[in-house]
Formats: sequence, structure tokens, C-alpha cells
Amino acid sequence: MAVTKPAEKTLTREKKLEMLRTMLKIRHFESRVDEFFQRGMVRGTTHLYIGEEATATGACAAIEPTDYITSTHRGHGHCIAKGGELPKMMAELFGKETGYCRGKGGSMHIADVDAGNLGANGVVGGGLAIATGAALACAMRKDGRVVLCFFGDGATNQGVFHEAVNLASVWKLPIIYICENNQYAISTSVKTAFNIENIADRSVSYGIPGVIVDGNDVTSVYDAVSEAVKRCRQGEGPTLIECKTYRWRGHSKSDIQIYRTKEEVEEWKKKCPIQRFKKRLIQENLLTEEEFEAMDKEVEEAVEEAVKFALDSPYPEEEELFEDVYA
Amino acid sequence: MREITYSEAIREALRQEMKRDERVFLMGEDIGPFGGSFGVTRGLIDEFGKDRVRDTPISEAAIAGAATGAAVAGMRPVAEIMFSDFTTIAMDQLVNQTAKIRYQFGGKARVPMVLRTPTGAGTGAAAQHSQTVYNWFVHVPGLIVVAPSTPRDAKGFLISAIRNDNPVLFFEHKLLYSFKGEVPEEEYTIPLGVGEVKREGKDVTVFATSIMVHKALKVAEELDEEGISVEVVDPRTLKPLDEEILIQSVRKTSRLVVVDEGPRSGGFAAEAVAIAVEGAFDYLDAPVQRVAAPDTPVPYSLPLEKAYIPDEGKIRAAIQRTLK
Repeated sequence: MAVTKPAEKTLTREKKLEMLRTMLKIRHFESRVDEFFQRGMVRGTTHLYIGEEATATGACAAIEPTDYITSTHRGHGHCIAKGGELPKMMAELFGKETGYCRGKGGSMHIADVDAGNLGANGVVGGGLAIATGAALACAMRKDGRVVLCFFGDGATNQGVFHEAVNLASVWKLPIIYICENNQYAISTSVKTAFNIENIADRSVSYGIPGVIVDGNDVTSVYDAVSEAVKRCRQGEGPTLIECKTYRWRGHSKSDIQIYRTKEEVEEWKKKCPIQRFKKRLIQENLLTEEEFEAMDKEVEEAVEEAVKFALDSPYPEEEELFEDVYA
Repeated sequence: MREITYSEAIREALRQEMKRDERVFLMGEDIGPFGGSFGVTRGLIDEFGKDRVRDTPISEAAIAGAATGAAVAGMRPVAEIMFSDFTTIAMDQLVNQTAKIRYQFGGKARVPMVLRTPTGAGTGAAAQHSQTVYNWFVHVPGLIVVAPSTPRDAKGFLISAIRNDNPVLFFEHKLLYSFKGEVPEEEYTIPLGVGEVKREGKDVTVFATSIMVHKALKVAEELDEEGISVEVVDPRTLKPLDEEILIQSVRKTSRLVVVDEGPRSGGFAAEAVAIAVEGAFDYLDAPVQRVAAPDTPVPYSLPLEKAYIPDEGKIRAAIQRTLK
């Protein structure tokens, strides 16, 4: 599918700077989470979005606050890009009462339903059918809302991917399936798990557009998603967008990364979504190095405030165990 | 009062709720012009149109998952899975998503959906179309499980289920679809989690589920002539279970037989027995009896299937064992 309306022309300076700020928020947030995880202060497991910031940021910048998203096990970036509040997120990771889920969900289940974030998911592909159902609700109400459904390359080999995308295509639901192809499902390379070059090609079998995007270029993602959102709002149904990107860190805490070379990681780091966008904004005279430094510092401080909030917050009372099993 | 079938009672509940609340809609395989594999939704598409009576592809995971997503986003879907055996295909959705969403999001979401599905053996449909699987879902916190035995209960509980803000799995016994009974024409609800004494008695309690309630009632009728007074208790909702109605009945009769169509090991009958023993141990005068299906798949051949399904003879023998 051809992508029209290049963002360079349509995006205001303010919006571009906001996108940069969002990517920085994700980077700093995740870096701190990594530290706390190493120190045993964040329990269980956690999956970091470092290196993939442009995908969530560009995609969420293309929708309205009233629109929905579903997220993945690697979900902190989506939550931040959808307007998530850092203190509530950090508190959730610390298992505190003040967290988004009152400490009952943790890293893999952060949700902010009121803000349209229908949740991260601990099951690979777990959000696909739920997102499709949310899009069905939008279509039946004719409320003009759309759903962004994030998932990884691994999820497209789950059966529910086929069921969900097919259902959305036959019902022309307002949903955009965003495949974050970060090249590996834990240790399994897309080269071993797929017999096709591009996951977007799978769109052909559903009769919907498939788009391949540089997932490390925030405005390319924005453009592709904007186009797909337009189609949705016109009742033309879903789009599958494959964002080619890379996770810099291991899959999770236990990943010793024997499946890829340091050189490969270094190559991808050169395509850092934040540095690329920063450089572009400076070239376009929309940003100075000093302004960037100030923004970076400001974001870092916001993350520290979130950390402080999380540390100072109480744990849930034991009785909380029994609450909210049922409505 | 007028009598209608179990199937008609369910259809009437669906129709009345769809008229009352435009957020209520149906989705499932062949539920539109075809009317569903057992004809339960017949005619509803003519009344409500294909937007609210949605034929889906054969995609159980997408049916359950999309119902969940639509519910979280404010609709009140009633999904149908053609045979409860096929809930296996939707298991990740129902167990890991549907049931968990509210809790793991700290109470910040509601999942007001119903999943209707036919249950049970007796149609000669063999091992993949005859199972009793509701017990799997009884083991999943966050779900409500209902298995009505009469047309009146089917209508009242289905309306309650649709109006409830939690996911409800609604198991309809195939052999009950044509069973007739008195059903009020107006809308009414029966509180989820409330069982019913279907027949009062004083010598022994038979705690039976779904179609087994009718077999128990028949045995109770026969034994009455022999001077044995059998109390038949129907939990109606399997989760949350009306533990009190079971415990009170056992305290009264001091004898208990539990009848359930599921395989014996790890089954619903075992759960009921445990509750009775915890709550009424000192009152029991005889070992508790379980009447359940054997630990085999459901066979095809008529004599084999008959041998598989708990029947009146087995219920009667179990009752007599408690009276020895």
C-alpha cells in the first residue's frame, strides 16, 4: 500500500517534539526498570522496549485519546505512548497499591482502560482477539473509534492471529494490526520461524492492505498508521502494518543472547530511533542540541519522580487478594 | 401457566434482552439464517438483523476473544460455541484473558459477556461432541458457570447472565432443548449462585446437575412408593456454588448422593462431596456416594453410550447404598 501524506509536511513542530519526548520517556523509564530488575526490586520478569520506541510512539501519535490500543508482554512503551502516567506504571512494577492495577498485574498486565489502553498481555498473541472485539464494539456503535493492536513477529505464528485478522477483514472492522517485527521470538530468528521475507505479505490472504515500515523511523510509522486510521474511519476495514525494528536488550531477564552477534546488535544501535529523529529535527531547525539536552533532563527527572512515588507508595493490604475477582 | 421448551425459553430470553438493551448482540457459528446447530437462535436474525445476530467463521478463539474485547469496550455480547467440546479451542481466551482481565487490571475493567454452549452425551455424537466439560471452568476464578435444568431456570438465569457484569459460561444440555415446562412470559431473573430444592425429602439428599436433576426426580418418585423420601437439590449455578443449600439439605437428611454427567476423577461431584463433608460431617450417617460418568471418552455405539451416561438405575443403587 502506498503511504501518502508524508508526516514531514503535516506534523507541527509541537507534535514532533512531543513524539521525541515520548521516545525519551520510554528510553529513560525502561533503563530505570532494568536497573531495578537487576537489583531484585521488580519481581517476576520484565521485557524492555529499548530500541523499539519509534513504533509505539509513531503509531499512538496517529490516533485520538478516545481510540483503543491493546499491548503485549513488552508493553511499557505502548502504555507510555498512549499517555500512561509514569508514577502509576512504576508503582505497578514495584507491586504497590498505587499502581495502575493496584499491584495485581505487574509488568505484563499494565492496563489503563479509561485511557483506551486495554492492556498488556502475558500470552503471545493474547491481545489479537480482544482488540478485534473492541473494534467490533466501535463498529457496532458507529462511534468512529479505531483500535491499534500491537503484537510481535512471534504472535503472527499463533493460530489466533489468523482467526482474528480474518474476522476483522470479513467484518471490515476499524482495527490496525501492528506487527513489531523485532527479528526474534526470544531466541528464534524470523529467518527460522517464517518461510516468507515480510510478515506484511500475510495480509494478502485476508484481502487487506499490508504495509512494511521502518519501525525505527517514528514519522514513517506515523504516516503508515495515519493512512490506516483513515481507512478505518471511512469504514474500509483493517490494515496489517509490519514495523521492522530491533530490541537492544535480551528478551527478558534470563536471556544470555547466544542467538545473535554483538555486531548485529551494534549495527541496529546505529539506527537508534531517538538519535535519528533528534538529528533530523536539528537539521530541520526544529530543535537545538541545548533544547534536546533540556528535554532529556526534564524527562529523566519525571522518571525519577515516578520512582520516588513508587518507592514511597504502600503495598496492597492482604485483603486486596480477594478483591476484584468479580465485578 | 403456559409451557414452552427449554430451547424456546432460551430464545425468549435472548429476544427480550436484545429488545431491552441494544448493547446485547449474538455471535457464533451458523446462528443466523441457519438458526444454530440446535435451532436455538432460529428466527432472531429476521427480527434483529445480521449486525446483531452475527454469523462467524469457524474460529472459536476469535469468537470468545472478540466477545471479551467487545465486552470490555462496553457491549454485552452473547457468544455461542456450537458444542462445549470446542471450548478447548477458545481455552486461552476464556482462561487466560476473559477470566483474568478484571483482577489483573486491579478491578478497572468489566467483562459482561455470556458464552452459551450445548453440553452432554446421549445423541450418539461420540467422543468430541458429547463431553461434559463445565467442571474445567469451575476451576477458573473470575468465571461464572451455569447449567440450568428446566426451561424456567434457563430463561431466568440467562437474563441474569446477560445483565451480570462478569463473564458467564452457560451450559445447555442438548437433550433438554425439547423438554417442556412452565415459563413466565414476562422478563424475570434468578440470582446467580442460588440453588433450588427441586423436591423435598427427609431420608437422603440427591445433589444433581443439569439433566441429571430429571433422572434424580424420576428415581425419587419411584422410591417414594417404596417409602423412601428423597430430597433432590439442583445447584443450577456451578460457580459460585450455593454451598449452603447443599449443607443444609445434608444436615437434614444425613445422607448424600451426588450425580453429575462428567467423568468421575477430579469432577464436579468430588467438589460437591468435599463441601458437604466440610460443612456437615457430623451429620452424615452413611458414606457419601458419587454417581458420575466413568473415566473413559464418550463412546459412539448406543449400548456403550447408555452404559456411559449415569442413569436412573445407578442413581437408585447409590441411594440404596446410603440406606443400608
